[in-house]
Amino acid sequence: MNHFPQAWGRPRDDVYGQYNPSYLPQSHGGTQQPITHTQSPIVTGTSVIAIKFKTGVVIAADNLASYGSLARFTDVHRLKHFNRKSVVGVGGDVSDMQYLDRLLKSLDVEENYSTGSHTAEESETDPAMMGANNLHTYLSKVMYKRRSDFNPLWNALLVAGLDEKNKPFLASADLLGTTFSGPTMATGFGAHLAQPIMRRIVPDEAASQQLGREEAVQAVRDCMKVLFYRDARSMPEYSIAVIDEKGVELKEKEVLENQSWDFADKIRGYGTQTV
Amino acid sequence: MASLFNAQSMLDQPSYSFAQPTSHSEPRQHSFYPYTDNGGSTLGISGQDFAILAGDTRSTSGYNINTRYAPKLFKIGGDGPNNTGSKIVLSVVGFAADGRALKERLDTVVKMYKYQHGKDISVGACAQRLSHILYSKRFFPYYVTAILGGIDEEGKGALYSYDPVGSYEREQCRAAGAASSLIMPFLDNQVNLKNQYDASQPQGFGKEPLKPQPLSRPHVESLVNDAFTSAVERHIEVGDGLQMMIITKDGIEETYAPLKKD
Amino acid sequence: MFRNNYDNDSVTFSPQGRIFQVEYAQEAVKQGSVVVGIVSKTHAVLAALKRNAEELSSYQRKIIPIDTHYGIALAGLASDARVLSNFMKQQSLSSRLTYDRPILLSDITSRIGDRAQTNTQSYGKRPYGVGLLIAGVDAKGPHLFEFQPSGVTQEMVACGIGARSQMARTYLERNLDSFEDSSREELIKHALRALKDSLSQDKELTVDNTSLGVSGVDEPFKLYEGQEISSWLETTFENRPEGQDGDSMAVDS
Repeated sequence: MNHFPQAWGRPRDDVYGQYNPSYLPQSHGGTQQPITHTQSPIVTGTSVIAIKFKTGVVIAADNLASYGSLARFTDVHRLKHFNRKSVVGVGGDVSDMQYLDRLLKSLDVEENYSTGSHTAEESETDPAMMGANNLHTYLSKVMYKRRSDFNPLWNALLVAGLDEKNKPFLASADLLGTTFSGPTMATGFGAHLAQPIMRRIVPDEAASQQLGREEAVQAVRDCMKVLFYRDARSMPEYSIAVIDEKGVELKEKEVLENQSWDFADKIRGYGTQTV
Repeated sequence: MASLFNAQSMLDQPSYSFAQPTSHSEPRQHSFYPYTDNGGSTLGISGQDFAILAGDTRSTSGYNINTRYAPKLFKIGGDGPNNTGSKIVLSVVGFAADGRALKERLDTVVKMYKYQHGKDISVGACAQRLSHILYSKRFFPYYVTAILGGIDEEGKGALYSYDPVGSYEREQCRAAGAASSLIMPFLDNQVNLKNQYDASQPQGFGKEPLKPQPLSRPHVESLVNDAFTSAVERHIEVGDGLQMMIITKDGIEETYAPLKKD
Repeated sequence: MFRNNYDNDSVTFSPQGRIFQVEYAQEAVKQGSVVVGIVSKTHAVLAALKRNAEELSSYQRKIIPIDTHYGIALAGLASDARVLSNFMKQQSLSSRLTYDRPILLSDITSRIGDRAQTNTQSYGKRPYGVGLLIAGVDAKGPHLFEFQPSGVTQEMVACGIGARSQMARTYLERNLDSFEDSSREELIKHALRALKDSLSQDKELTVDNTSLGVSGVDEPFKLYEGQEISSWLETTFENRPEGQDGDSMAVDS
């Protein structure tokens, strides 16, 4: 016994050996690094774009994951298919996207468990199936919670699909938890380059209810081309999904067709040309 | 090893691995900024037996328009997801995600109030509760300017305005958001009749200022329209659509009118 | 003092494999006044008999609307029901907040079932002394669930719990086939008749002692009490089916 009450009852080094503090934080003599949160994205995906049409939604994103300016991974699928009613398009940090994907998978399992469907057909036609709006609300809460914890998921999401009443649904959520919806949506560079093109075709909700599936798909493909022309962090291979009452049609190996770089040599104002 | 007992003076004593708890580590550096400004403007005016709240429907990020229709006006209380039968309206402008979180919190509180007490909450009580909710996040605030409107227990139009950390006040009128500095002086002049004098009285020193009177509903609606059409001309973050909610003893009437989309 | 040695707590089985505390809790349900629930293809209805503990007191609350799409009827300890209904209200609001959808009735029922079960398996806890009927309409249509203190829950077409509820169940069993295609009004009448059957001879259904909860597809759950139900009481017991004693009823007495 000594005169240091804080030492009473503590293990003595001569009996138990020195305590191994390596797991403790540095402030307590350990080598543990402080908990770190994402302060900036590392491997990133670029824009996601989507248009609502009469009976459904088209959504697209290219297959590139960049490491800064390096085109690091060229076969990354950024459209995540949730159930037969919804697809989530993810831009921003790819590891956070993979985390979200795991979250979606476990949510899907939970859903199919709680709704008590026993067969594949049963769960396909489940009237209580989550609509894209339900999924969007859930994801936006996840995003807002994480930003409020100062530990954001560094993504911009588009949730596309059909709502509970099988009406087309399209909305976004980002790393701050901000949400909005509209007949056309685009994240990242797409907000600057694709959104004006899409808004020309679909200026408002009424116009999207007139738009046919083929026109919507064509508009999205055109926008992907413009994005590839102008966005340096993009690639010509992309994924495109159409969600309507028939379900999800997801293609992950589309390639831009009829590229024309004729416009390129007419660009003046920067670069090496002198005239 | 940061041990409390140094070997020098404690040679005859056994040593211990545990130190006294030392001070905390240095504050962590964050480069993540958890807020953004989604632009837009709101305004509220209360009348004799009604209150009007209005807001544009544009949502912006910098120079981008996120969407042309993102309401800033929310019904609070009532039944179910559509707030059927509600008589309180909350408007929020600033950071839209915080605005949404705030609205959902207040709505839940008001619905629980009805469930627990079997009657609707009064606007006064709701207003104070909103202040407490805002202050409860005093050190990580909801980055919004809120205005709450309803009908008070005497049947008069009630309007409460807030700062982001919950300081609040009942007022006749208030403009908030991006174009508040454009709209508020207009309201001061037209609703509270500031700098207006009785023309029939002698002018000059001590001239008679006009006394503000409660305004009629059509008059207030036209003031709201004028305020917003003018704000749209001068502020890039305001536009697309004008949503109005008029609260009377019979409930809430909602209107929408297009504004310039440029 | 004790009926036997194995009823001190709810964690000990009797040699016969019974848990007496749970069974006693089930008895508490039978002390409560009767409540009845029925579903059709389009509607779910709850009917309850309210008791007043004494002449001077008000009538108890037997039907509690929880969310816009459903409500509960209780038999047994009202305070236990309040704890459960608060929990259900919270769960319902949180489903609306996190997923923007009304909670499934099967879901909320199994959640309170799980809660009740934990009370039967830990020392020092007491089972809920209340039975509930959970009725309403969700994404999968109209439903009626029964909840018991043991944590047992089951989906029902029609159900009655509480004092003398056997008479109500007999009525329900006899008319089982007609429920599915019943209209809203027919269903309400069935519920009231079932309720009436479980009353003792000297008692009648009045606007004061009867509660009705009605919900349907595109019709939010609503509680009807007092004068709102007088016309239902009148029409239901005016043309009573044959085979029942036919003394005309003074409804508004």
